[in-house]
Amino acid sequence: MGSGAWGAGRARPCGRGPGPLSPVSPAWRGRSAPAMGLELYLDLLSQPCRAVYIFAKKNRIPFELRTVDLRKGQHLSDAFAQVNPLQKVPVLKDGDFVLTESVAILLYLARKYKVPDHWYPQDPQACARVDEYLAWQHTALRRNCLRALWHKVMLPVFLGELVSPETLAATLAELDVALQVLEGKFLQDKAFLTGPHVSLADLVAITELMHPVGAGCQVFKGRPKLAAWRQRVEAAVGEALFQEAHEVILKAKDSQPADPTLKQKMLPKVLAMIQ
Amino acid sequence: MGLELYLDLLSASCRAVYIFARKNSIPFDFQFVDLLKGHHHSREYIEINPLRKLPSLRDGKFILSESVAILFYLCRKYSTPSHWYPPDLHMRARVDEFMAWQHTAIQLPMNKILWLKLLIPMITGDEVPAEKTEQMLAEVKSNLKLFEEKFLQDKMFITGDNISLADLVALVEMMQPMASNHNVFLSSAKLAEWRMRVELAIGSSLFCEAHDRLVKLAEWDCSTLDPMVKERIGNLLQKFK
Repeated sequence: MGSGAWGAGRARPCGRGPGPLSPVSPAWRGRSAPAMGLELYLDLLSQPCRAVYIFAKKNRIPFELRTVDLRKGQHLSDAFAQVNPLQKVPVLKDGDFVLTESVAILLYLARKYKVPDHWYPQDPQACARVDEYLAWQHTALRRNCLRALWHKVMLPVFLGELVSPETLAATLAELDVALQVLEGKFLQDKAFLTGPHVSLADLVAITELMHPVGAGCQVFKGRPKLAAWRQRVEAAVGEALFQEAHEVILKAKDSQPADPTLKQKMLPKVLAMIQ
Repeated sequence: MGLELYLDLLSASCRAVYIFARKNSIPFDFQFVDLLKGHHHSREYIEINPLRKLPSLRDGKFILSESVAILFYLCRKYSTPSHWYPPDLHMRARVDEFMAWQHTAIQLPMNKILWLKLLIPMITGDEVPAEKTEQMLAEVKSNLKLFEEKFLQDKMFITGDNISLADLVALVEMMQPMASNHNVFLSSAKLAEWRMRVELAIGSSLFCEAHDRLVKLAEWDCSTLDPMVKERIGNLLQKFK
């Protein structure tokens, strides 16, 4: 495990213990509450990480960013397994409390930092609408956006695996269906997915859609309603923050091919993830 | 018109909602939408849920889908005992974490066992290649191990000393393969003991009643299956093969 593992350029030392970040012992390792504030283990290549990142930044929630470079296989390291045995991002660490699953993390942050009500409304019916979207998307839009990125770009470019035109076409067709549901069932004629104000549902949805966008899919073409909604969500989040969070995914096709050892490690897991 | 719940207890998601409502004495009209007869594709039901899935809730003009959303809604509206969805930030987050994880880690694979071991052979007359079934069972085994190590650990229930929505959802989903004679609790004493605790906390008679239709599924005469429904199932099955 090298010193670069936790994005040494970005993780800031907490100022306690044996001194500045040493090459052998990253600042977060072996620490427990209350030395550290909130830590978020993220790679902005990942959709759920983008939602968590944007939400935390937008609401000025102070956190230490711990970059876990997925394309270097850092999520598969023994060190990261100490943080999350499920070997996935995002992960939240708040003292001794470790939390996975972006939806759970978003809700935790919303409650702990008492963010504006519109993100996750108190009103039971408005709240239910957000819950409904957040539940639906796991096996629907999320899955389709992930497959679109991997089938179109990441499998061929990063892992050197050919994807047949038929497979890609089928994936894009499924994405199309999910987009129709997004527009027809969730958005309809409203300003945002669950009502007149931006909520966690919109944030989770938009970050998902940027996955196929990063893969070069024109998801907003021929969908003026969805395109208009996108503009509104970007404006609500803040354009600068939105651009910043999406820099990495928009360069996905420039990914460096994985070396054979890493490819061997990652391929079965990727295939399981996108099935 | 009071609360209506559109359900077929063959579905784990429906059982979770049903058990929760009954356990908390929430008054509702049980609107049976027979999955085996394809009634989720009926014009009447499509008006309730165009995605044609169960369960759905209707509360006056308010219609809601997704069992997780429905469970949270019922908790809040009927002010159910707090252990179901604890107010403590960390405990609540644990429930949320499980509810998010289970969609792909538990619900999907548990359903797959049912399809591979019972429904596909029953409906199509085809056996599923043993290799596919083995692969599926291995995935389930590994996820159940994760469930024990990460969510249950050495606690009585997922959030600690009391049952919550997470235990309810987990258990009804793990019951799904029972209809194909596959008992996931046999492989782990810890899991079996947790199951007994959850059943007791719910009440054995309510639990058994909720699972009656599921455990009798093997007796279903699928020759009466509507050809259109059979075709739809055929298309769905391609995903599993």
